[in-house]
Amino acid sequence: MLAAMTWLPWVIGIGAIVLVVLYVISIYNGLVHRQTEAENAWSQIDVQLKRRHDLIPNLVETVKGYAAHEKETLERVIQARNAAVNARGVAQLAEAENALTAALRQLMVVVEAYPDLKANENFRALQEELTSTENRISFARQHYNDVVAQYNIALRRFPSNIIASMFRFPAYDFFQLDAQELAQVRQAPKVQF
Amino acid sequence: MSALVTFRDLIAANRRKSAWLVAGFCLFTTVALTGLSLGILALAAPDAFAYWDWRQTLVLALGAAAISGLIAWLALYRGDKFLLFVSGAQPIRKEDDPQLYNVVEEVAIAAGIPPPPVYLIDDTAMNAFATGRDPQHAAVAITRGLREKLTRDELQGVIAHEIAHIRNYDIRLMMLLAVLIGTIAVLADVFLHMLRFAGHGRSHSRREQRKSGAGGNAGVVIVILVAIILALLAPLVAQIIQLAVSRQREYLADATAVELTRNPHGILGALRKLAGDTEELEVANRGTAHMYFVNPIRKYAARGNSIFASHPPIEERIRRLEQLLV
Repeated sequence: MLAAMTWLPWVIGIGAIVLVVLYVISIYNGLVHRQTEAENAWSQIDVQLKRRHDLIPNLVETVKGYAAHEKETLERVIQARNAAVNARGVAQLAEAENALTAALRQLMVVVEAYPDLKANENFRALQEELTSTENRISFARQHYNDVVAQYNIALRRFPSNIIASMFRFPAYDFFQLDAQELAQVRQAPKVQF
Repeated sequence: MSALVTFRDLIAANRRKSAWLVAGFCLFTTVALTGLSLGILALAAPDAFAYWDWRQTLVLALGAAAISGLIAWLALYRGDKFLLFVSGAQPIRKEDDPQLYNVVEEVAIAAGIPPPPVYLIDDTAMNAFATGRDPQHAAVAITRGLREKLTRDELQGVIAHEIAHIRNYDIRLMMLLAVLIGTIAVLADVFLHMLRFAGHGRSHSRREQRKSGAGGNAGVVIVILVAIILALLAPLVAQIIQLAVSRQREYLADATAVELTRNPHGILGALRKLAGDTEELEVANRGTAHMYFVNPIRKYAARGNSIFASHPPIEERIRRLEQLLV
């Protein structure tokens, strides 16, 4: 009877090891899942920026037909767009995209002076696409930041921090707004009724 | 409530509740259908029921289990199409309404889910709903009345509310509730009508009945028992659904809409417009009312605090959103 019990500690020991290994695997997989989410969210920003680049030549052509002597503003939009398309690296890209955002805002202000253009169906469709694209870009950034926040919390929280440092999971940076946008966001929210 | 409830916790809770609902439905319908078929068999062929045969009961129970399993499967995998169909929702393409499509795609990006297909309900009443079993298999539907009366920002707020339901898996639980509880209600209705009909027919054959003896009597007892349970249950549909769908869900989806769009004015503007609207949405009913953006049965929308309400009062939703402005 007693001899039969000698394997019991082994079973308990091996069982405990198996449980620990399974636990580590589940934490590891959770980290991989969140890291993949962050990478997907990052590529979503790229997709939306590309969408904006593709939209601009069409927009410029349409505006040109009605407001040809706003050449300077149109030039600036095209230049900013080309700079953004050719930008390499996160810092350069962020700068070029911010310049493009500013140039497009300027264009939309200028357009206000041309009622015929604003009534043009093609232009209105493009304007809707542009509004949507701007929203998509900021929502994609927002989602990226949300996902990265979740991932970075997991990197720091016990016990996943042990697994994370063991397998060298890198921390990700948030997508920062540029100084001008930040100033706008920090203003008190406008309440309209 | 714990301090940190993420939407992942909400998803887990909704999955769990959905699983319990399916299990409860299967158990209930299996027992009810077995009881019914036993009773009907006993009435139709009293001689076969002269003695109790457990194998016969087992076969009937297995058949009933298969049927309820099939209904549950259909509810989970085809329930969205069914609910869209009974709500009169028609799929639209991007060319039909580019702005609506853009808004849906934008907010889906903010929520990190694939953009759901968009459906239009050709009705002047103002309402919307989302359905599906998970974010990969979901749809949003909006009435023409609501679509036409909202600004772009307000539309974004409403769509964000619906996408919040999709991301949190509220849609799965609400779809299963509508289809499964609805199925029980319909079965109960059909059965009760049958019973009334059979009651008329039986008076002619009372003499034969007396001859048939114990089997017939057992059948009558079983059928009457099941009938009483179903008759009690059928009118409670709205209340059962309301018990399962906490009204907190709507407040939460409103708050999530603001979180996704970073703009409380959109959904606030939409709710203010809806507060002044009194038109009924005819395609909605007791079984599907809980899915909608605001209660489609307008006489309930006003007295939102009553026990029969599936939605919180619109005024209270507006008040809570206004607190976010300060």
